[in-house]
Amino acid sequence: MSTFSLTRNPAGRLVCTLADGTVHANTTPVRAFPLAAPDEGLALMSQEGHEIAWIARLSDLDAANRAMIEEELAGREFMPEIQRITDVSSFATPSTWSVQTSRGPTALVLKGEEDIRRLPDNGLLIADRHGVLYLIPDRKAMDRHSRKILERFL
Amino acid sequence: MHPMGAAFVWWWSRILGHPKRLNIKRFTTAHLMSSPLTSSTQHLPDSWQTEVAMRTSDGDALLATLELDLDSTLRFSRGLILLSERSLQAREGEDGAWQRWDLRAGLALQHHDHAGIGTLELMDSSSGAPVRLATWRYTLEQNVAALRLIEKFDKQLEGVVNGRPQEAEEVVACPTCKALLEPGQEECPICTRELQTPPSTWTLFRLWRFARPYRWQLLAGFLLTLASTGATLIPPYLTMPLMDEVLIPFQNGKPMNWSLAGMYMAGLLGAAAVAWVLGWIRTYILARVSERIGRDLRTTTYRHLMGLSLEYFGGKRTGDLIARIGNETDRINIFLSLDLLNFATDVLMITMTAVILFSINPWLALVTLLPLPIIGWMIHFVREKLRTGFERIDRVWAEVTNVLADTIPGIRVVKAFAQEKREADRFLEANQRNLAMNDRLNKTWSVFTPTVTLLTEIGLLVVWVFGIWQIAQGDSTVGVLTAFLAYIGRFYTRLDSMSRIVSATQRAASSTKRIFDILDHISSVPEPARPRPLPQVTGQISLRDVGFRYGNRSVIRNLDLDIQPGEMIGLVGHSGSGKSTLVNLICRFYDVTQGSVKIDGVDIRSVAIADYRRNVGLVLQEPFLFFGTIAENIAYGKPDATREEIVAAARAAHAHEFILRLPQGYDSLVGERGQGLSGGERQRISIARALLINPRILILDEATSAVDTETEKEIQKALDNLVLGRTTIAIAHRLSTLRKADRLVVMDRGEIVEIGNHDALMAREGHYYRLYQAQQRTHAELADGDAA
Ligand SMILES: Nc1ncnc2c1ncn2[C@@H]1O[C@H](COP(=O)(O)OP(=O)(O)OP(=O)(O)O)[C@@H](O)[C@H]1O
Ligand SMILES: [Mg+2]
Repeated sequence: MSTFSLTRNPAGRLVCTLADGTVHANTTPVRAFPLAAPDEGLALMSQEGHEIAWIARLSDLDAANRAMIEEELAGREFMPEIQRITDVSSFATPSTWSVQTSRGPTALVLKGEEDIRRLPDNGLLIADRHGVLYLIPDRKAMDRHSRKILERFL
Repeated sequence: MHPMGAAFVWWWSRILGHPKRLNIKRFTTAHLMSSPLTSSTQHLPDSWQTEVAMRTSDGDALLATLELDLDSTLRFSRGLILLSERSLQAREGEDGAWQRWDLRAGLALQHHDHAGIGTLELMDSSSGAPVRLATWRYTLEQNVAALRLIEKFDKQLEGVVNGRPQEAEEVVACPTCKALLEPGQEECPICTRELQTPPSTWTLFRLWRFARPYRWQLLAGFLLTLASTGATLIPPYLTMPLMDEVLIPFQNGKPMNWSLAGMYMAGLLGAAAVAWVLGWIRTYILARVSERIGRDLRTTTYRHLMGLSLEYFGGKRTGDLIARIGNETDRINIFLSLDLLNFATDVLMITMTAVILFSINPWLALVTLLPLPIIGWMIHFVREKLRTGFERIDRVWAEVTNVLADTIPGIRVVKAFAQEKREADRFLEANQRNLAMNDRLNKTWSVFTPTVTLLTEIGLLVVWVFGIWQIAQGDSTVGVLTAFLAYIGRFYTRLDSMSRIVSATQRAASSTKRIFDILDHISSVPEPARPRPLPQVTGQISLRDVGFRYGNRSVIRNLDLDIQPGEMIGLVGHSGSGKSTLVNLICRFYDVTQGSVKIDGVDIRSVAIADYRRNVGLVLQEPFLFFGTIAENIAYGKPDATREEIVAAARAAHAHEFILRLPQGYDSLVGERGQGLSGGERQRISIARALLINPRILILDEATSAVDTETEKEIQKALDNLVLGRTTIAIAHRLSTLRKADRLVVMDRGEIVEIGNHDALMAREGHYYRLYQAQQRTHAELADGDAA
């Protein structure tokens, strides 16, 4: 049972109406554990940066609210999954990687090895020069070529 | 720049993979009218050029473009937004449809960014509430172009709405940092940073820079090695005539030729003595050179490291840096002064031996050299494996050091939460990983050396067989065979040590890479190429349209602030509102991502960093004291300060008395991180430190937050001395400490929301009022609690 309802105004912003009738224009949903548990623990933040509602589990929400939140998150979240590393310019950093991602092919520039963060279960999070994060959910599950390249940076 | 020239630069930047340089052109509207395809399109790829030409015309010239690299569903794809004199047009993807909006009143472009992607929205508020017409996405690589587009859009729209043509651009400012450019200057000198190119794979050759000063010693070492090894080649040669002319004739019944035998013996002894002396000198010279190269490497790397920005240190782990500067330089200097020379002599020696062998008996020599190609192939085989292996071992080793560097400074926390065992386990785990890596590599490595030995043995066997056969045939003598066997022993030892160089080289190469990772790093707060002299400053600071982001997190936005000389500014706001960040920018610990910081009208990025910092005194909440005496700590910013100056500074900082109460006064040692002094005492020492350099600008970041009221009063008195006549920026959570401030600047989420003195801000009943009320309430509640 949700204690709020969400609508979208003509300016494209999410408007949240709480059970007590207060209306917050321009709310943003944020995940508390975007990597460890993306679907658990979401908060709705007001424009001023205060929490206005806490959603313990995304599945607890009714369909309409959930769709709203998912749509908003889809527009904000950008963490392409690297499916394949086609090529790297050098094994020394800074190095330009040509990668195949879940969001299409692109090139990223790795500034230093410390921009590769290890996640549990062989996952990796790679930050490029401009701060875009790329995710490798399980590096052991990648193809041989990509794995071989990755090994050189780990 | 000639358009062709610009195209050329663009082409090169593509080929070389360099980040696009800002290409700022000086042009007027009239100029644009005559040729729609000018500067704004120069950085666009050819595929867009025709599109752009089709969508603009003489009366509707192109003003700015923004290449999109994402579509609205956040997939990578190429799109374009173009702003012309009368419209904004956009297309998503290579073959999407063009959309067009005519410029009219009520339109506005808004942008914001989050987690590395920028969003540009076209809003229409002509009919009351704003309506979103379109949204575009791009990665921050395009941010500069986006900002430029918005700027042009706003200007052009204003012109269209007010019905007057956009005035010709006369003053040209860099779109990123807003610094005005000199006439004729096309690239902003401040924003044009060194390009980031990866170091070449031939990293080892770059070590020449460190070996060069010692090239004569190294040459001497090389010649000595050569000579001493040459001396060791003499004995086997002497065994040949010893056999054939002395021993065998004697065995065959001739009388013993004592004089000849004695001569050969003397020869053997002489050769050994020469080899000993030469080897001694060589080792001495090379050991000296090795230590010196090591020192140079370490100090150069450390000096460079000190020059790097806080950003670099924020991203690195202490243990990793210690490991690099400590162990890996050592490995490199051993490689340079020993392994490399050994390798060179090995090669020469093998050639020399081969020549001697061939000159004695070509067929036997051929057989002897048989295993050589096999060893060559093996070297090739294990090389790649070893190199990557060593690189990883280095990283794992850094991991081990990291655990230490993490835990030891945090030992109080570890103990407080009784996590000693966990930390020990963490260390064990890192060591375990190190072990596993080494085990894996040793598997490859361990099989290599014995294989070379095996090949040696086989080679010996083959030589025996072939030699006996030749003697039986009468093609060779016993003496020749003995000499061959003696040479072969030496020959294979050489091969063996040559194979060892494979691992040494790979190890050194991986260390070199990690050292040059530091040396190649260009500070993100670079020294200007031609620093402007900074005369005696008055302390006037102006922040113009400042924006800043840590990585992809935007922390400060559109901040404008002017601070007069001698003025005291109180900076207040919620925790995390960006106060310390602003101070970091003013100190130039970080460079602004947008806008500029000026002191006395001079951009701080155009003066030498040390020149600038001399004018800034900083007192931090967590004062850091170095290992040393109190006097040394006070004089840290001015090592040549006299004792009188130190005492005067300590007096002014109200630190004098407590220092005198210490057993050794000013000579008392304070430990690492200032252990042995209370928080308030440390704070006053750091105030004295700031006072001593007599800076024009003083920055106090919560200098009094961690102490009791009594000490706070002491410190406050110290500070009152400090701020006199200086431009002061003070951050404080306790608003009462800022009562002396001329102006209070209230920050909220990276922006200035209010400016004014206490009374004015209270009257406004805004942010400050709420902050103040909240504090008063807390105080009152505390007082009530005490009373009850
Ligand atoms: N090195 C950093 N990397 C990334 N983000 C940072 C870094 N330093 C600070 N921040 C973030 O920048 C924002 C502003 O931090 P800042 O230290 O300037 O706050 P502040 O106003 O000084 O807060 P306080 O009053 O608690 O000291 C915070 O949200 C913080 O999380
Ligand atoms: Mg702070």
